[in-house]
Amino acid sequence: MSTIEQVPITLTVNGKKIQRFVDPRMLLIHFIREEMTLTGAHIGCETSHCGACTLDIDGISVKSCTMLAVQANGASVTTIEGMAAADGTLHVLQEAFRMMHGLQCGFCTPGMIMRASVLLKEIPDPTEEQIRYGIAGNICRCTGYQNIVKAIQYAAAKLNGRAYQEAAE
Amino acid sequence: MNDMTPTREQREASLEGMGCKRKRVEDVRFTQGKGNYVDDLKLPGMLYGDFVRSPYPHARVKKIDISRAMALPGVVAVLTSEELKGVNLAWMPTLAGDVQMVLADGKVLFQNQEVAFVVAEDRYTAADAIELVDVDYEQLPALVDPWQSMAPDAVVLREDLAGKTEGAHGKREHHNHIFKWQVGDRPATDETFARADVTTKDTFFYHRTHPCPLETCASVASYDKITGDLTLWGTFQAPHVVRTVASMLSTIPESKIHVIAPDIGGGFGNKVGVYPGYVCSIVASIVTGRPVKWVEDRMENLSATAFARDYHMTTELAATKDGKITAMRVHVLADHGAFDACADPSKWPAGFMNICTGSYDIPVAHLAVDGVYTNKAPGGVAYRCSFRVTEAVYAIERGIEVLAQKLGMDSVELRMKNFIKREQFPYQSALGWEYDSGDYHVAMEKALKAVNYAELRAEQAAKREAFKRGETRELMGIGVSFFTEIVGAGPSKNCDILGIAMFDSCEIRVHPTGSAIARMGTKSQGQGHETTFAQIIATEIGLPAANIKVEEGNTDTAPYGLGTYGSRSTPVAGAAIAMAARKIKNKAQMIAAYLLEVHEGDLEWDIDGFRVKGLPEKSKSMKDIAWVAYNAPPPGMEPGLEAVSYYDPPNMTYPFGAYFCVMDIDADTGVAKTRRFYALDDCGTRINPMIIEGQVHGGLTEAFAVAMGQEIAYDEDGNVKGATLMDFFLPTAVETPHWETDHTVTPSPHHPIGAKGVGESPHVGGVPCFSNAVNDAFSFLGSRHIQMPHDAWRIWQAAENLGLHK
Repeated sequence: MSTIEQVPITLTVNGKKIQRFVDPRMLLIHFIREEMTLTGAHIGCETSHCGACTLDIDGISVKSCTMLAVQANGASVTTIEGMAAADGTLHVLQEAFRMMHGLQCGFCTPGMIMRASVLLKEIPDPTEEQIRYGIAGNICRCTGYQNIVKAIQYAAAKLNGRAYQEAAE
Repeated sequence: MNDMTPTREQREASLEGMGCKRKRVEDVRFTQGKGNYVDDLKLPGMLYGDFVRSPYPHARVKKIDISRAMALPGVVAVLTSEELKGVNLAWMPTLAGDVQMVLADGKVLFQNQEVAFVVAEDRYTAADAIELVDVDYEQLPALVDPWQSMAPDAVVLREDLAGKTEGAHGKREHHNHIFKWQVGDRPATDETFARADVTTKDTFFYHRTHPCPLETCASVASYDKITGDLTLWGTFQAPHVVRTVASMLSTIPESKIHVIAPDIGGGFGNKVGVYPGYVCSIVASIVTGRPVKWVEDRMENLSATAFARDYHMTTELAATKDGKITAMRVHVLADHGAFDACADPSKWPAGFMNICTGSYDIPVAHLAVDGVYTNKAPGGVAYRCSFRVTEAVYAIERGIEVLAQKLGMDSVELRMKNFIKREQFPYQSALGWEYDSGDYHVAMEKALKAVNYAELRAEQAAKREAFKRGETRELMGIGVSFFTEIVGAGPSKNCDILGIAMFDSCEIRVHPTGSAIARMGTKSQGQGHETTFAQIIATEIGLPAANIKVEEGNTDTAPYGLGTYGSRSTPVAGAAIAMAARKIKNKAQMIAAYLLEVHEGDLEWDIDGFRVKGLPEKSKSMKDIAWVAYNAPPPGMEPGLEAVSYYDPPNMTYPFGAYFCVMDIDADTGVAKTRRFYALDDCGTRINPMIIEGQVHGGLTEAFAVAMGQEIAYDEDGNVKGATLMDFFLPTAVETPHWETDHTVTPSPHHPIGAKGVGESPHVGGVPCFSNAVNDAFSFLGSRHIQMPHDAWRIWQAAENLGLHK
């Protein structure tokens, strides 16, 4: 129950314009999870190390546990909940992670997919090394990354109009 | 119409049963952000709890003043041990037979110990209020080095145990002693050592680390004062045990306690135990009459809940001069921290450390473990392993390398010479286990061929010569490990948790239209039970896995079971699943016989139904039988098609594997690069090869982390160093090696489907393999053992100590 005066913010979340009053100290991840009830992004460390809270903010991958909600004023934010098309068709990365067994407990997955989607815009056809460096800000404790790399390769191939041959071993 | 009839292959494939790489059911929600983890839960009127923690590792708590905190708007309550005493919960039992403070009672015994629990309207206010709780401490000397715990003048840690010379596991020899646990034949072992050609003796320290799942521990408690019902959501690997323990502690009847483990963001052993946060959220909900959420942050997770390892293992081997191992003698000094909260079956204070004779036919052995208190966090959980099996395998797999070095023998040759032979199974080990099945020679030979072992050794020999000539500064290490796991606890005759026998269970209900729901006493934390358990049922009863819903984690609906850890889900619950499915199949067979007007014995199972022997066109599918079971059962038969099975395994299962690692180390920087890692696993019958491979990748990555840098260290004053992700090594995609996987299949003879469990094998076998690679790189320079973790700094130090930088 804060005694601090609340601040108005306006932002776009998954294509919808949102206006809210927030505590100036509220973290963006808490705003997204608790005010917007978009609980796909997770909190794994609160110190910017694990990447479970990664969102797409104006086309940039941002760890939302160390950004204030007020700093997102005017921004366009995409979360994992905004990745599938309006008709329910999954984003190619969502399909790819399942096809390549790129997840286990699922806790890192939303952050990992949000990071991968920006990575594929930065580098549309990345090498394995570029993928590995590109997702180095996102920790996964379950998969050992090998199948995450394959999932991103699968998505890149599809986005580039190629068939991805290799199945999860 | 004939071309419309599905072929046998099509019928088989449509089931997606055992052996197929079925894509995971769970992923549909996880990839869309629709998982349901504890912190996602939001209840009307929910409050948030947060801990005041001790800055000191050892101190007397003289006074706690909560008045400033209570005056902060939004603070609803502050619990201290005084309030908890009122409900008899200031202390709680641990799984290891000790007791642990829920909130500091008179003293604190480790840094970041829970001192007070602040409950507020939101998490920000709770965090503010923590700073307003004034605690007066009187610092006491901290006991950090376990080798000093039993010194005559060592400071007394546990004043509550004053005068108690008997602990949960026998005699205590000192005020900081917890137990001495011994197994094996000491006189015969000593005698064999006395006349051995060759002996080795080394102390291998398996350092303290932490499972660190990406989701920290959390709970939400909601007590209904009107009905007296308590609902508890939490990160529980063993929800039924939590319900039973909660009932024992609170005296609320078990029928009024509803424990729900929703999706869990990784466990790796961290979420087996009962923590003060769970207890405080329950008490706070009872006190306030509102739901209370507690979520620990990462630093709290790393510094207060569930460390792993911390074993100082003095390992001795005796052998003939031609390399036949004749005896093993091990002494372990186990640092348990301030409370013995090891998550082992209650009769096993050192877990299954007595699997330390490994994959070898060692005729006589002795193991002694001394557990001691220090001013460190409690825990001792099985981090991605069955209880203390990683420690045991590390001791033997390092020991055998040192012995090979001393004998001047190749370590693979030494292993092959001492392996338990296929015809010796079931094999009775010198330290009391009955290994169920194995074919170690075949596995090792397959691995040697796959990695081209002889060529690797030749390359290494050339590189060593080049190093000696000063032509390269790179050292090549070849790591070998051959492990035998012991998983699937367990036979209830020797495994229980606080008296609760370690069976597991499954209930299957087939619905009239031929789909089904199945529930187990286990709880997936990423292993994919919703996918693989449906595959077992699909193969057993012939309904498509896609139509079988698997549900775990709700104690109101799931049959009682002991949960998921120690790779026990498939060995124990997996067996219960098969047995429950077979009960359904038996009833289905009676119905089919009635419908086809033949004797039951005239029927045979065929993929998805029964057919008359010799008349394959006369058949009834399980789908059709399900409808009849409800709506037109044979006269005298009760309607319905469901079954429950509680499975108490006759023995553990013993997965095994052969791992090889090739590493290149820069002698001047200490940087180690894993060039190649090959893992051959034998987990018996394989249910879903895709998921097995994923488990192996993950376990190897955690092994890589532990061996190469991950550590919970303390300074000499007892301050925990590195309890943040800045310091605690979690490998990213960049440093994680590429994994090659392979397998052999030796089914378990006593398991209904022959499966052995796999989730922990890669960790158990991986850690010694990495460590052996580092040690092997330096062995030709006279190095005998370099302690883990092998981060670049420590490897550089090893090189420095060998004079390589002169």
